[in-house]
Amino acid sequence: MRTVSAAEITAAVARLCIRANTCLPEDVDRALERAYFTEPWPLAQGTLDLLRQNRDRARACSLPICQDTGMACVFVELGQELHIEGNFEQAVHQGVRQGYGEGFLRKSMVADPLRRVNTEDNTPASITVRIVPGDQCAITVVPKGFGSENMSRLGMLKPADGVEGVKKFVIETVRLAGPNPCPPIVLGIGIGGCFDKVAALAKHALLRPLDQPNPDPFYQVLEDELLEEINALGIGPQGFGGRATCLGLAIETAPTHVAGLPVAVNVSCHVTRRATVVL
Amino acid sequence: MQYRLTTPVTREDLAPLRAGDTVLLSGTVYTARDAAHKRMMELLDRGERLPFPAEGSALYYVGPTPERPGEIIGAAGPTTSGRMDAYSPRLLDLGQAIMIGKGVRNDAVKEAVVRNGAVYLAALGGAGALMAASVKGLEMVCWEDLGCEAVRRLEVVDMPLTVILDPQGGDLYQSGPAAYLADLERKQKSCL
Repeated sequence: MRTVSAAEITAAVARLCIRANTCLPEDVDRALERAYFTEPWPLAQGTLDLLRQNRDRARACSLPICQDTGMACVFVELGQELHIEGNFEQAVHQGVRQGYGEGFLRKSMVADPLRRVNTEDNTPASITVRIVPGDQCAITVVPKGFGSENMSRLGMLKPADGVEGVKKFVIETVRLAGPNPCPPIVLGIGIGGCFDKVAALAKHALLRPLDQPNPDPFYQVLEDELLEEINALGIGPQGFGGRATCLGLAIETAPTHVAGLPVAVNVSCHVTRRATVVL
Repeated sequence: MQYRLTTPVTREDLAPLRAGDTVLLSGTVYTARDAAHKRMMELLDRGERLPFPAEGSALYYVGPTPERPGEIIGAAGPTTSGRMDAYSPRLLDLGQAIMIGKGVRNDAVKEAVVRNGAVYLAALGGAGALMAASVKGLEMVCWEDLGCEAVRRLEVVDMPLTVILDPQGGDLYQSGPAAYLADLERKQKSCL
């Protein structure tokens, strides 16, 4: 049986925290370029160009792209034939502690939601583990900023609301968010499951590269239609007006109960960050 | 229109600004987020003075990343301003002239902007690396225990900002998208 040590996991997570915060993923980068070259409104194109300059300066100077270096959401696909030597969860938290310290990233976590004392090292991470076949361990770090996270919504729709109800809920979420989540935004959309599952689906949808369509043609069409309708709202980059309100969106679904139609929209921004390594 | 402004500013300096104009701001800018605003309100409630002169001042809603050795500041883009809505009207009535952040403000803030001839300017949300480039000096003022939320004095040169709320009641978050959509409609009609 293959073995990976806790120390290897810590080192990997630390590196991923720094990389994710300074280098935009290639697919988001391409989406931003496409938005810039296809933006018909000159003011909006100027704003998009500034966002490109920001991305370039962050990479050149190894500066965080955004000062909200986020809550460290860590997704792990753990091979069931892999043995982890040491405490797995502690190893991940330690990686976040190290990465946010060594990378001069912002410590944005408070230990208690109401008493609100900063933990000073950006721990704990929000860890999601999935057990998969094989003997590898894929770790993805998603630093999630809260300007956009705060604009996210969850709705328990009625089955009769159907696909139109889902579309209405997503569009309404984008309208309510307006300029707050730093458009052009990225959306992770969950449909189905139950109350907690649908939110997890929406968050997980943010991991899918923006140029990778839904494997199910039915949902691929829905994704295309939603993107088109959102980019007709006029909110534009930074909410100053324009076409580029949304860079891309992904839908994830799960079987649900006969009586329900849960929908969750996890809002992310033009700095949708993620970095992955396979151990 | 583009304007160059240096803090502290007067009501007259801000009078010509309109939603959608751009501003290159220089001079002293103080940083404060929710936690610092809450403490400022507590000071005022006790009849004490603010940690900086309010008259003509500019407040930037920012929690920068830690600066690396040899650097002035880390990434320093704006946070969502709506969280300061509960506090801003009181500060504007005391003379604060410029708010810098991103996102929608409530009606009480819009009214206070008009009442005091103040402005609300947007920095580029999510562009922390770019916004930091205009910061040439940083000094801790107070409440260091708040970490990234402590009040800092920034010296800025040509900080690139956009007017969202102007003294005439203009709001770019309304007029900007409306102008784009009206233009789109005009073009579609001319194609028919």
